[in-house]
Amino acid sequence: MGEPGLAVIGAGPAGLAATLAAAARGVHVTLIDSGAQAGGQFYRQPAPGFRARRPQALHHQWRTWERLRDGLDTHVRAGRVRHLTDHHVWFVERRGAAGLTVHALVGPEQEEPAEVHADAVLLATGGHEKVLPFPGWTLPGVVTAGGAQAMLKGGLVLPGRTAVVAGTGPLLLPVATGLAAAGTTVAALVESADPAAFVRRSRALAGRPDKVAEGARYAGLLLRHRVRTLLGHTVVQAHGAERLEAVTIAALDRHGRVRPATRRRLVCEVLAVGHGMLPHTDLADALGCRIDGTDVYADDEQRTDVPGVWAAGETTGIGGSALSLAEGHIAGRSIAARLAGRVPDPGEWAAAARTREKLRAFFAAVDSVYAPPAHWAEQVTDETVVCRCEEVSSGAVREAVRELGAGDLRTVKLLTRAGMGWCQGRVCGPGVAGVAGCAQAAGRTPFARPVPLGVLARAGETREPQAGESGEPQAGAERAAQERHQ
Amino acid sequence: MVGAACALYAARAGLDVIVVDRGPMAGGTTGAGEGNLLVSDKEPGPELELALLSGRLWADLAEEVGDAIEYERKGGLVVAAGPDGLEALEKFATGQRAAGVEAVRVDADRLRELEPRLAPGLAGGVLYPQDAQVMPTLAAARLVRASGARLVTGAAVTGVLRGGGGAVRGVRTGLGEIHAPYVVNAAGTWGGELAALAGVHLPVLPRRGFVLVTEPLPRMVRHKVYAADYVADVASDSAALQTSPVVEGTAAGPVLIGATRERVGFDRSLSLPALRALAAGATRLFPFLERVRAMRTYFGFRPYLPDHLPAIGPDPRVPGLFHACGHEGAGIGLSTGTGQLIAQMLAREAPALEPAPFRPDRFPAPGSPPDSEEAT
Repeated sequence: MGEPGLAVIGAGPAGLAATLAAAARGVHVTLIDSGAQAGGQFYRQPAPGFRARRPQALHHQWRTWERLRDGLDTHVRAGRVRHLTDHHVWFVERRGAAGLTVHALVGPEQEEPAEVHADAVLLATGGHEKVLPFPGWTLPGVVTAGGAQAMLKGGLVLPGRTAVVAGTGPLLLPVATGLAAAGTTVAALVESADPAAFVRRSRALAGRPDKVAEGARYAGLLLRHRVRTLLGHTVVQAHGAERLEAVTIAALDRHGRVRPATRRRLVCEVLAVGHGMLPHTDLADALGCRIDGTDVYADDEQRTDVPGVWAAGETTGIGGSALSLAEGHIAGRSIAARLAGRVPDPGEWAAAARTREKLRAFFAAVDSVYAPPAHWAEQVTDETVVCRCEEVSSGAVREAVRELGAGDLRTVKLLTRAGMGWCQGRVCGPGVAGVAGCAQAAGRTPFARPVPLGVLARAGETREPQAGESGEPQAGAERAAQERHQ
Repeated sequence: MVGAACALYAARAGLDVIVVDRGPMAGGTTGAGEGNLLVSDKEPGPELELALLSGRLWADLAEEVGDAIEYERKGGLVVAAGPDGLEALEKFATGQRAAGVEAVRVDADRLRELEPRLAPGLAGGVLYPQDAQVMPTLAAARLVRASGARLVTGAAVTGVLRGGGGAVRGVRTGLGEIHAPYVVNAAGTWGGELAALAGVHLPVLPRRGFVLVTEPLPRMVRHKVYAADYVADVASDSAALQTSPVVEGTAAGPVLIGATRERVGFDRSLSLPALRALAAGATRLFPFLERVRAMRTYFGFRPYLPDHLPAIGPDPRVPGLFHACGHEGAGIGLSTGTGQLIAQMLAREAPALEPAPFRPDRFPAPGSPPDSEEAT
């Protein structure tokens, strides 16, 4: 135990698939994750104390999960994989020929340092939810769609008796059906996507029969639970004195503008709202990895442009669990070959590569269908708080652009403090960019999480108990790094 | 920031001003600055005179727009670890007092009255009440707005237009030409490139600095606090200053810790050793910071010239071209004085300070013999 090898950051589908693929080929893997159990967001597990009787009722692809979980257990027992739970990675450091060091925080307050040395790092950090602001979105009772799903999967706590599920994206379907199956009355599923767009992209969307079947299954579930689905609609405002009491929804015209005459009120205690996902790119950015738009760049082997660093799953582009599994599998095999000083044969993973190609095409089509209304920012009143951490109003953001010469997200932040708080713009970034009318950039957050200054002052001094750092795996990494430069 | 101050004072001198920036407002070094308005770290000489002039102008501006730019005259507290350091600090302060700096000696037992959370066991310090602070991006934006100048952002200057006799007649930008009889080069770290577009040599180079920002806290650090260790330079009998990072609380809550100084060109990668040094220096001064979290870090590139003085004034080589750049790490603090000097020279008034030490043509072009400046 302890010799450098591969450090996988993130124990969701991509990280697990890579861990199993690499470990099966003799690589020593350290799997590092912030959760108490493996699974990530997708296979989020109820805490053991809840004694959930049928957790699989909330998951599809339960068998895939069982296979990953059993595979991980086997490798951990055999000493090929070290699984570090509750480790919150704040930085990955490049140490030249000495490899890479993953810096994490552990302990109940996340104040203790933990460091993992590795020859290769896989970034499988997943994505986070994108939520756009609207008047009333800060009321208690308004939750993110992903948050509602996490409550269902993890805590099994029902957030309210009557709910509206709104926004855009494929995630809204399992959230609406999950809430309904758990006994919540879902007053409506309000999806802003234009129904005509589904028709236009029907061929690309039908290219994945399994996905069509999945959609049909959700449609059946929505019908069974009597959930109204309103396509081409959006939530205009959330109402309530102390907490959420109702929402106003409205239909959109074909330009993505609200049609005023269609406004109506729905009574609800919970609004689960989401507008798709964004990749986590903090660690990649601090490493100096190329980022295209909002996605970490990866080549056909899932390598980033930084030697020794691979990326797989949502961090390279949002595409769901099946795509994450394929990318993770390819990354794990590529890493195993490269660490052994071998150029991998892509034929080894031809099936996974085909899956990857099809799913990327499918999600490109999904992306073009599910979009927030083009003019959503017009509905955000000047009084609406857009940055919750620093309590910055939409009006202040607009003033910075109109009066003070801000032209990009960074200057808006400096002039208004929007995005300077605890979330560091991860939550409010897309909303602030939309209200400001400037481009949404990938988050530039040098520390993936806040780090105590005492830990930072001594970073690099925490030694792992281990036999030695030289030997075959490291030589392999150096060769791999050299090949990258050729 | 320097450009914004030039715009303000030039407009107040009656000129019609257009501010051109290739990026957004404060998108270069200003947006990466801490907003220090310091006299404490400057030895007697032209830079200190400019700092004192600038400090008076900042105080006047604070009367007009103080809250909007988060101006705070919080004072600087320089501390010494041991008796030798304290003696050198006191000697340094004596010279500064003669130049007009307020510098109040603080004995060891009074240090913690001023800064209750300071580490124990320090020998003493000097309080500089004139040290102050602004939020630099807000200051630049508000000064441009107060000037009434036209602001053109997103317009990179690609050429300096010259007319008869070589005099400037404006600039060419990505958004078209802008005509003016005077061009002020306030391009900061990129001032050398702009000078080159006008065909003159100005060796501005980048010097990278990182700043650490903590989570928001109630006010726990009251002044700008840093430790000074002086290395006696026998040859010149002056003191070379080695300082720890400046630690300070801000009105908005976070503690700022800055800044490192590295000559690494325009390297934009994150340096863990630099950040470690900042964190270590700050926690030595304020042990409570050990458990306080750094939320983020940012970096910028200070514009430095070989003799560490800015270039301010008309360029005798190109009629109509003025320079106001190369302020290294003190550009926010020195901007107001620089802007006033530029405005006075543009209006052909007597400048408030002797401008000779800041002459932009004081650096011989590479390859030319040192004493042939007039040979052009």
